[in-house]
Amino acid sequence: MGFAPASDDVYLRPTVRRALKVLVVGHFAVGKTTFVGTLSEIRPLRTEEVLTQAGALVDDLAGTRDKTTTTVALDFGRLTLNPSLVLYLFGTPGQQRFTRLWADMTRGALGALVLADTRRLSDSFEVMGTLEDLGLPYAVAVNDFDGAPVHDLAEVREALDLLPETPLVRCDARDPDSSTRALIALAAYLLSRDAELEHA
Amino acid sequence: MTPRPRPGGRLVRSYVVTDGRARPTRNTLDLITLLTAADDPPPTGLTPEKRRVTELCRHGALSLGEVAGHLGLPVSVTKVLVADLMDSGHIATRTPSPGFHNPFEQGERPSAVRRFDAGILQEVLDGLRARL
Repeated sequence: MGFAPASDDVYLRPTVRRALKVLVVGHFAVGKTTFVGTLSEIRPLRTEEVLTQAGALVDDLAGTRDKTTTTVALDFGRLTLNPSLVLYLFGTPGQQRFTRLWADMTRGALGALVLADTRRLSDSFEVMGTLEDLGLPYAVAVNDFDGAPVHDLAEVREALDLLPETPLVRCDARDPDSSTRALIALAAYLLSRDAELEHA
Repeated sequence: MTPRPRPGGRLVRSYVVTDGRARPTRNTLDLITLLTAADDPPPTGLTPEKRRVTELCRHGALSLGEVAGHLGLPVSVTKVLVADLMDSGHIATRTPSPGFHNPFEQGERPSAVRRFDAGILQEVLDGLRARL
């Protein structure tokens, strides 16, 4: 009956009082799960959200069958940033059709890291468009896949039609330092953006 | 990740464990709301799922998303259960994320500028740099 995880490490330190979240988004197979797993101090968890077009979960399940129901998986991990603060990373698909999930996910999120693949750059447009619609600031990290052509970042920036201030970095989602640097690029951007808004 | 088909069974179960309700009794719960179990009252009279949530949180604090992940429950279902357990005094939350201006609660458009306290952003940056 009882449920106790195998390791005490699954729990937050007793001193933790505050939690923040960042979304890790991108198209299918871009490396979101790898990225979250590389940085997480806990075994990455997966949970699911059932979405219906009507947005009324149980009513749909109880009654009608013909409404569209989709299950979206969320991969997430955790980083303790200091004794009282943790950061959660949520890896989630960025398709427009999951907007209701997105609205919930982005509520209270610091920002998003968009993972992109140079072989499928155009697939990132929908993800970035959704973030812009929701007003969530983001940075873009090009996940370096083995065998993928290495493009100059200036070319990638142009191809993605990024704003001049949007950070664009390379990262290897399998590498902790590289992945951490991608998050640092996002955090530094959020801080500078905040300072600008302060003085606007 | 991507949506994938589920084997049958889960949907019925979700409906049952929430007593047929889609929405939690409070809408302040988030994936990163931090939860702990209260020492009292005793978990008597709780449904099996609520008992599992309480038991899991008895050993330490976890976010709502982690509770959902560990127990294999959808987020929406977990929110309903946790809200009930807060109402009955079995689960307590730690303070929500600091310095966050929630445009939804203010009735503003979602595209309105979100602001975090600069101090917390600096803490995030420092914490990440310390990991290198």
